[in-house]
Amino acid sequence: MSARSQATPLDRRGFLKAGASFAGGLVLTVAVPQVRRPALAAAAPSGFAPNAFIRIDRRGEVTLVMPMAEMGQGVYTSMAMLLAEELEVGLDQVRLEHAPANDALYANPILHIQTTGASTTTRAFWTPLRQAGAMARTLLIAAAAKRWGVDPAVCRARSGVVSAGARRLSYGELVDAAAALPVPDSVALKDPEDFVLIGTPAKRLDTPDKVNGRAEYGIDTRQPGMKVAAIAISPVFGGKPRSVNEDAARAVNGVRQVVRIDEAVAVVADHMWAAKKGLEAAAIQWDDGPNAKVDSADIVRQLEQASRQAGVVARNDGDAASALAGAAHRVDAIYRLPFLSHAAMEPMNCTVHVRKDACDIWVGTQAPTLTQAAAAALTGLPKEAVKVHNHLIGGGFGRRLDIDGNILAIKIAQQVDGPVKVVWSREEDIQHDMYRPSYYDRLSAGLDASGKLVAWTHRVSGSAVYARYQPQLFKGGLDPDAVEGAAELPYAIPNIHVDYVRVEPPGIPTGLWRGVGPVHNVFVVESFMDELAHAAGEDPVAYRKTLLGHNPRALAVLTLAAEKAGWGQPLPARHGRGVSVQYAFGSYLSQVAEVEVAADGSVKVHRIVCAVDCGHVINPDTIAAQMEGGTLFGLTATLYGAITLKDGRVEQSNFDTYRPMRIDEAPVVETHLIRSTELPGGIGEAPTAAVSAAVTNAIFAATAKRVRSLPIDTNQLKFPN
Amino acid sequence: MSFTIKVNGNTHSVDVDGDTPLLWVLRDVVGMTGTKFGCGAALCGACTVHVDGAATRSCVTPIDSVGGSAITTIEGIGATPQGKALQRAWLDLEVAQCGYCQSGQIMSAAALLAATPNSSDADIDAAMAGNVCRCGTYQRIRSAIHRAKA
Repeated sequence: MSARSQATPLDRRGFLKAGASFAGGLVLTVAVPQVRRPALAAAAPSGFAPNAFIRIDRRGEVTLVMPMAEMGQGVYTSMAMLLAEELEVGLDQVRLEHAPANDALYANPILHIQTTGASTTTRAFWTPLRQAGAMARTLLIAAAAKRWGVDPAVCRARSGVVSAGARRLSYGELVDAAAALPVPDSVALKDPEDFVLIGTPAKRLDTPDKVNGRAEYGIDTRQPGMKVAAIAISPVFGGKPRSVNEDAARAVNGVRQVVRIDEAVAVVADHMWAAKKGLEAAAIQWDDGPNAKVDSADIVRQLEQASRQAGVVARNDGDAASALAGAAHRVDAIYRLPFLSHAAMEPMNCTVHVRKDACDIWVGTQAPTLTQAAAAALTGLPKEAVKVHNHLIGGGFGRRLDIDGNILAIKIAQQVDGPVKVVWSREEDIQHDMYRPSYYDRLSAGLDASGKLVAWTHRVSGSAVYARYQPQLFKGGLDPDAVEGAAELPYAIPNIHVDYVRVEPPGIPTGLWRGVGPVHNVFVVESFMDELAHAAGEDPVAYRKTLLGHNPRALAVLTLAAEKAGWGQPLPARHGRGVSVQYAFGSYLSQVAEVEVAADGSVKVHRIVCAVDCGHVINPDTIAAQMEGGTLFGLTATLYGAITLKDGRVEQSNFDTYRPMRIDEAPVVETHLIRSTELPGGIGEAPTAAVSAAVTNAIFAATAKRVRSLPIDTNQLKFPN
Repeated sequence: MSFTIKVNGNTHSVDVDGDTPLLWVLRDVVGMTGTKFGCGAALCGACTVHVDGAATRSCVTPIDSVGGSAITTIEGIGATPQGKALQRAWLDLEVAQCGYCQSGQIMSAAALLAATPNSSDADIDAAMAGNVCRCGTYQRIRSAIHRAKA
């Protein structure tokens, strides 16, 4: 070890347990201390810091059981890097397994359940996985030193081999002896200066199988005797099937069974096409129930009215009301955001086999233990009898934090003899999502005679996702997600008041969507900040800088993004640049968008420059990939995304009406990383939150038209209008 | 009805209705799951395969229209020079994120390069705009196609 390495004590409550495994070899279990979630988590909206499980066998093969789900964000690789760095093995020596559902071993230390989301994986595992690797390395070295009768300090571990002078023993040769040693009270972590893997570009471990068709997602599972089911869920939320022509469905070649549950009908068949045809033949008539008249205009009206009342206070510094009343200049604005669907490429699916004494579930999920608990509750089986076989996820974006689809599949499987794979059509997937809430935001600000910002008020109105998803975090009527990115701003504002009004849309289920609270609030805050800069007659970058003097990391990303984007340099007519800056998910990010608005109002985004400070970087290429992908995910919603309702039904159904961005529309996204030794921040959702305001601010620069409602209405941007 | 199809050089006999899309024959009957279901309406390209070399959305291609055509899927595309070069470029540039759409992306790109070996950005836009990636890997897809041309 280097002289610069640091001893880190192991939390004895969060015990590290080493022992012999059944198969022989060293088993190391790391339990992560539970972290209390702050009520208003600007940095960590919700977090996931599960336990890790490491296995080294007699051949020296290192297995890391992954309690976090891989859905494209690259965590299978970055977590393996943390382990391998301290364990002193190459990435090619690490094998990964999906974790089983087990809160006792893998509970998320923040939400107390085993879930993946809110860009927390790297933050959560930064220390515990390095400790796990260091612990294993320490024991392996101790075993070698003991065998050789030398001081462990003269031994070195490299590439899965312990050496001292000319003597060498591979990890595989040492595991039995290492497993018998007592666990030390502390282990030495490497000095970051000595990192050989962390901070260097690593090839992703999950991608080779993604270019040849071998990668197995939940929808790809095949079990002996498995049938395939197509499902129709009541088109109005809360409705039920009234009549089903089961005979017609069963007459379809390949159909085996028709299953009715409360709100849905499933047709079980030999293959998906037969199931789909059977579902069509069933000619289901629905009882629409109480939500048959819900439509989008009513929901906006409901939000508008509710937002006139004062809400639950999320932040109150100084006296915003007085400061506003005494301001030389007052600016007011209303911002609105629509419901959004996740529309991951892999449609919702879940395969379940219920037997008298056991239940197996094959699925790609961000919440395996919630799925397990639901299956136990529905079947009456003990949790231990429910096995969740997790898979790669073909796009999560928060959709697979919810288990509504798994519950439906379990209920269907309870009526089916043998395993059944329930696959949703794209239409069902879009029309029965857990939607990103629609929001209605009222803002006011006061400027003094010099244009300085002296008062800021922001009222957020919308659904409380956490009241349903994680009720223990919904305290005193305040939804932490609804105000994340609104309550804690990066700017110094002397008088600030932020409150929240809970408004639940009738029957419409809401959920977590990539970027969560910040994806809504950063758009609102950064757009309004732009309005204030213009009201003050100042440049948007310069104006922000005056409010960030106390916040060097935010200032640095803003300065870098502006510089790399050529801020201030001339552009053709109807082109514009817009900026946003944020602190969210533990990372600082500034974006500058460059857009062009055509005469018909259509918006072409040419380029988006990202400057990011996410602390210690594990895999730099993953940061760039997440900047590119997260930006496009948010940009898609900015330009096109809206779920609307008419007569209780979602009006969008497939990729023609819920429009994804395509390759010919995608801008170039550039990533500039600030070198940092701060603790790692999350990165998978940050750009999704940052991009909307950067783009709409650029539209303002190009057209002098302020976009206060998403998605962008190109009719408002036509010229001459 | 019984149909005999030729996939990646192997023949498979299947008993399904004639209107069954090739996608479900491949995935649920033959058991080749590399070809993905995304939309069922030729709107996303996740199900793209080659039928006699032409990029084809298998989700809207009835099995009775395929006849004895040579079907190539993601499991077999690596045996073609374009497919091999594209898979290599995809790994070199770390294109994939969730990866679910990438079978279809590579199949569309392989058909493009077979027809237009020196594809321009405009060619890429035209050939690839039918393939949706919700992870937003488009800029790397573009770079990887250019890289695979060499």
